[in-house]
Amino acid sequence: MSERILEKLSILADAAKYDVSCASSGSDRKNHNKGLGNAHPGMGICHTYTADGRCVSLLKVLMTNHCIYDCAYCVSRKSNDIKRAAFTVQEIVDLTINFYRRNYIEGLFLSSGIFKDPDYTMERLVLVAKKLRTEHRFNGYIHLKAIPGISPELTHEAGLYADRLSVNLEIPTEAGLKLLAPEKDRAAMIRPMRYLQQEITRFESEQQTMKHVPKFAPAGQSTQLIVGAGQETDRDIISLADHFYRQFRLKRVYYSGYVPVTTDARLPALQSKVPLIREHRLYQADWLLRFYGFGPQELLSDQHPDLDQDVDPKLGWALRNLHWFPVDINRADRLLLARVPGIGMPTVKRICEARRFGDLNWEQVKKMGIMANRAQYFVSCKGLPPSRGDLNAQQIKRRIIDPAAQQLSLF
Amino acid sequence: MTTWLYDGSFDGFLSAVFDLYWQRRSDVRICKELAYVPSLFGPAIFMPTVMANAERVWAGLRKRLSATGLEQLFACYLAEIPREEDNMVGFIRHVFAGSENVETDFGNAYVLRVSQLSRMVHREKHRMEAFVRFQHTAEGVYYAVIEPDYNVLPLITGHFKERYADQDWLIYDLRRHYGIYYNHKKDVVDTVNLQFKPAYLGGRDVTAVWSPDEALYQQLWQTYFREANIPARSNRRLHLQHVPRRYWKYLTEKHPPR
Repeated sequence: MSERILEKLSILADAAKYDVSCASSGSDRKNHNKGLGNAHPGMGICHTYTADGRCVSLLKVLMTNHCIYDCAYCVSRKSNDIKRAAFTVQEIVDLTINFYRRNYIEGLFLSSGIFKDPDYTMERLVLVAKKLRTEHRFNGYIHLKAIPGISPELTHEAGLYADRLSVNLEIPTEAGLKLLAPEKDRAAMIRPMRYLQQEITRFESEQQTMKHVPKFAPAGQSTQLIVGAGQETDRDIISLADHFYRQFRLKRVYYSGYVPVTTDARLPALQSKVPLIREHRLYQADWLLRFYGFGPQELLSDQHPDLDQDVDPKLGWALRNLHWFPVDINRADRLLLARVPGIGMPTVKRICEARRFGDLNWEQVKKMGIMANRAQYFVSCKGLPPSRGDLNAQQIKRRIIDPAAQQLSLF
Repeated sequence: MTTWLYDGSFDGFLSAVFDLYWQRRSDVRICKELAYVPSLFGPAIFMPTVMANAERVWAGLRKRLSATGLEQLFACYLAEIPREEDNMVGFIRHVFAGSENVETDFGNAYVLRVSQLSRMVHREKHRMEAFVRFQHTAEGVYYAVIEPDYNVLPLITGHFKERYADQDWLIYDLRRHYGIYYNHKKDVVDTVNLQFKPAYLGGRDVTAVWSPDEALYQQLWQTYFREANIPARSNRRLHLQHVPRRYWKYLTEKHPPR
């Protein structure tokens, strides 16, 4: 018995790990019934990190890796000769509860290969969530995959039990999707997203006017884009993400550098490297869109369709737009301060709070958590060494990337 | 320069601060009795804790600081860093010097240090909320051992009480020799000191009292942890940044059976 469950877990965790969503925050589900678990005040906790440095906050498994589809980029594709397994509903419930009670996880992330048809598969996923919420009074975090092509009734029921739902778009361009997953179509993926967005909005407005409206996907929905499996540019990816944030009010778009899992003429070869730097730069750009007030066209354009690999997107933007600088530490508006390379939002907040008590000098600012060797070229402040002078973008970039070069230039 | 020694409690510290003001002294350092090392700093006097005086100082602080500011000062105390009292006293003097709330006056060195140190303590608190690994005993208690850098048990009590409201649990700090125990029927958290039998290696090894399923769930968790990794993305530096080695000792996933 225990041998079999160990084997199932090993197969179905391995198959699920290419979905990178890891958020366990933003739900704010209180433990009101003296039950198990609490997601209030909506902070996520990363309980551990795998050897590749990614966080583990949820038990992330597939219900089964049997699948009727044959998407080229997917390890569980029908034509791939791998071990198959399937959990029972009860097995997943027991694993979740027992892992949670030992403080291993924040909750469950449940996805699945598609067996029989989308509705049949989704029913099982919803049943797991329902059992956890009703039979075990579980208030931890539940993330369910919304499978393209499911009925609105099931989507609705899923939202009543889950904190977050996600539909993975995977391939950023329609042309790429046609090539790599000919059985899927973009419209069928967008439909549940659109429906969820309408439902989330409807529940939110009802909650404001009525008491006792149940929660509906309180942590919203997210999606994932695979990077580097097709021919898309960073500009394609970031404008698509921006579109989703605006049109669908998505909470997160995840970027997943393509890990070669099968041999297929349409895809990068098995030995090719995972584009980790590119993925990292996309996340940085995504952050700039969501929290720093940048527009996608500021970061990427026709002349500049891909993000720089050697500098982060904020520094890249600053070097292309030196006319915005220097920014006055003691006078500049919050969002302008946040555009300075080497100053992040938490530090912006600290500077704005501290300067109310009087002008800050460079010595004081340096201690507040800024990256001084970057920021110094872009700010003005009393006590700052006059280092920037008439440096051009090239020179600033070289000094930041290679501080040793600056030492040499003095002699 | 005189050193005033207090009993090590937060109230003891506040009570000594009251005496600083009462006697109008600026040539005195405050130091824990147990942390005191006789030094060049002249004589040392033990100052007994007077609860009423401690409460008066706290009430004064409450008038001028937000809940966050108060918690930050308390976190500095929980850091248990020798000589940190000097900065805490400087902070309190700065608070009482004016009438407005100065907790965000980060241009002031005392305020900046309080905010930085409390951030460090809260990071440790958050890590413990993540890294506690309960082991289920045959008697039905979920038991965990920790050795945090700072004394964070008082800060994590509420989190675990809210989260595990329907099970009995015990989190034990081996470095500071005390733990917090929650009885779900009574719905209270108590502070406990334990004497471990030799077989339990001072509380580190309780395999002898595991429940029947415990070994299997630990093995399942280790299996999950192994499979969730993507070797093609291996990044040891990042891994160590997130999970520094000093925490591995009590992380179940880091000790798979050979």
